[in-house]
Amino acid sequence: MSAPTGARRHLVSLLVENRAGVLARIAGLFSRRGFNIFSLAVAPTEDERFSRVSIVVDLESATLDQVLAQLDKLVNVVAINELRPEDAHEAELLLATVAGDTEARAALVDASTRFGGRVLEVGEETLTVQLAGPPAVLDEFEALARTLRIVGLQRTGTIGLPKLGAPR
Amino acid sequence: MELTGAQALIKSLEAQGVDVVFGLPGGAILPVYDPIIDSAIRHILVRHEQGAGHAAEGYAQVTGRAGVAMVTSGPGATNIVTPLADAMMDSIPLVVIAGQVATSSIGTDAFQEVDTTGVTMGVTKHNYLVTDPAEIPTVVAEAFHLATTGRPGPVLIDFPKDVANATVRYEEPGPVDLPGYTPPGEADPAGVEAAADLIAGAKRPVVYAGGGVLKADATRALAAFVAATGIPVVTTLMGRGAFPESDRHFLGMPGMHGSYAAVTALQRADLLLAFGTRFDDRVTGRVSAFAPGAAVVHVDIDRAELGKVRRAEVPLAADCRLAIEAITAAVRRRGTDAYPERLAPWWAALEEWRTRFPLTYDRGEDGRGVGGQPGTVKPQFVLEELRRLTPEDTILVAGVGQHQMWAAQFWRFEHPRTWVNSGGLGTMGFAVPAALGAKVGRPDRMVWAVDGDGCFQMTAQELVTASAEQIPVKIAILNNAYLGMVRQWQHMFYEERYSEVYLSPDLPDYVRWAEAMGGVGFRVTGPEEVAPTIEKANEIDDRPVVVDFRIDSMEQVYPMVPAGASNDDIVVHPSQAHLPR
Ligand SMILES: Cc1ncc(C[n+]2csc(CCOP(=O)(O)OP(=O)(O)O)c2C)c(N)n1
Ligand SMILES: [Mg+2]
Repeated sequence: MSAPTGARRHLVSLLVENRAGVLARIAGLFSRRGFNIFSLAVAPTEDERFSRVSIVVDLESATLDQVLAQLDKLVNVVAINELRPEDAHEAELLLATVAGDTEARAALVDASTRFGGRVLEVGEETLTVQLAGPPAVLDEFEALARTLRIVGLQRTGTIGLPKLGAPR
Repeated sequence: MELTGAQALIKSLEAQGVDVVFGLPGGAILPVYDPIIDSAIRHILVRHEQGAGHAAEGYAQVTGRAGVAMVTSGPGATNIVTPLADAMMDSIPLVVIAGQVATSSIGTDAFQEVDTTGVTMGVTKHNYLVTDPAEIPTVVAEAFHLATTGRPGPVLIDFPKDVANATVRYEEPGPVDLPGYTPPGEADPAGVEAAADLIAGAKRPVVYAGGGVLKADATRALAAFVAATGIPVVTTLMGRGAFPESDRHFLGMPGMHGSYAAVTALQRADLLLAFGTRFDDRVTGRVSAFAPGAAVVHVDIDRAELGKVRRAEVPLAADCRLAIEAITAAVRRRGTDAYPERLAPWWAALEEWRTRFPLTYDRGEDGRGVGGQPGTVKPQFVLEELRRLTPEDTILVAGVGQHQMWAAQFWRFEHPRTWVNSGGLGTMGFAVPAALGAKVGRPDRMVWAVDGDGCFQMTAQELVTASAEQIPVKIAILNNAYLGMVRQWQHMFYEERYSEVYLSPDLPDYVRWAEAMGGVGFRVTGPEEVAPTIEKANEIDDRPVVVDFRIDSMEQVYPMVPAGASNDDIVVHPSQAHLPR
């Protein structure tokens, strides 16, 4: 699946009760109603009763309203926000193991430094880097890494929080 | 107070005012069946768990309270999945308790283990797996709250055996605290005013009322709105009984087999007042061609219904009764003196449609309802006679198929909660157990089920339950020897190539089957037998009765909007086909 862009890309942030099966309920709702999840990240919040789920979906706005309304009906979903790009801090983490000759690897080390990443491990023909930042920056880095041979790549999916002073 | 988990469960059900549970025991739920002996709750032992679920639905539909069913783990739980899906579609409040293997065995493929919460996630409003016996009172209180408030629906409680056997201090649950669940109440005042403005300017308005009107107990509010405005009403299959059908404002039922006047009124309307209804595909026909000139005021307690199928100019997420009352008040404030004159041309058109295209059928020789084949009667004639010979507040239950549509067409509902059928899921086998549950919920009412020969064969074993428990339901089988509705589609859309739809008029022998199940059986093979047999059946009040009405096999349901067609392309009865539209 290619990354959703423009008006079709929406970052939805859900505050959910930490109950057994809550993720299955959310995932099940998406598949049952024929909506696609592009990425999903979930982890506990500062309050141990709740977790925050960040979902990137690829949808028209009218369909998004329907997704939000259906999600809202899940009893364990406490709050839903669409985080508009202009009103939110978005971040994501990427790990990549890349193979290449000495020169290519040097170029990648260079790039990762420029992007604010970190080299985690260097092998004989491969190296593993870590990069955190806005998804668009990660996209750019990933495109660069793809010019070499990627052995493994994992991104976490976008997470987000509203900017200070943004409408909540 | 120290109790077992099982006792705490029963006590929690009692605290909810539960008076009846439909169920069937088994290994995992065994501990719960012991304290039932000591409880005032009546347990009705069904013969198949699907029967328990549909019976609980019938009970809920006629009482407005949650129906309760109890089953064991594994096959007991999977057997009740169909009723859960049915209740989900038709927004019926159910609480289903399913036994589960001990928590320590969950995930080990233990005997009769099924991931019941996983399986039922998509067909319940919510479900629970109880892992801590201390939670039992709270879970039960939440389950009933969820099932009966907001948009009602089924809730399942998965109840492991070790939780049932644990010892627990029973404490009354506090007030229900569900931070993620806040169903709407009052309608947004600005929206109400906007709705009243649209109504005040509308020349061709129609109330399109659905099951939500019944669920919200909004029938009186609807009657007051219609009395104030003179606006015509159609009620959907699920909404029948929401408006008294002898009232001249009633145009009939819209949809695939709706009346010409109701279908056409929606098509030509300039304003739809959609109250507690969801623009189901069986009503809209092809959505893009549905009510093309109409603005929409859509009231629903489920926000997700607003704009799901059809964009509403005024969407109101609200309790239907409160919203209709507020709209009526806003309309009254604006004054309604001009309404009769403004609506007069619309009423003239409506009257013409309804007199030119009434529901009709071929009454046969001398109008006696003789069927086209020897030894048969017309199904519509049976319905007319049944309506004539039963009390006005009789509860009518239906299966799924042609007989269901004839029942919906030829019955006249005057009271809320007198019509019980499977609308959204279209579940064959619904009628017999649902009728039983309805009679348990309203023992003071006469309960008739109109069933198909195909449907009857799916769940008829519950007549044994009815006999054993002395629940005097009456079943009218409209025996056309076919899976008739499927045959009708093959007739119309597959060049009469009939594939796997023939049953048989006499296999099984329905009269002997009824007798074998402890009931009374009658057979009707001619129109002169219809009324006397119904009267005989009406007299029987201690056992179930089955009447095998032999009906014309080739009868079709008209009108019909073919699936996916525009409502404008409604096919009327052949005797009306030549009439100008
Ligand atoms: C459980 C189930 N299986 C299949 C169907 C598809 N179906 C819809 S109506 C119908 C025929 C019903 O036959 P019968 O009960 O004899 O009613 P009739 O249409 O003849 O009045 C069938 C098979 C269904 N609705 N439900
Ligand atoms: Mg049949």
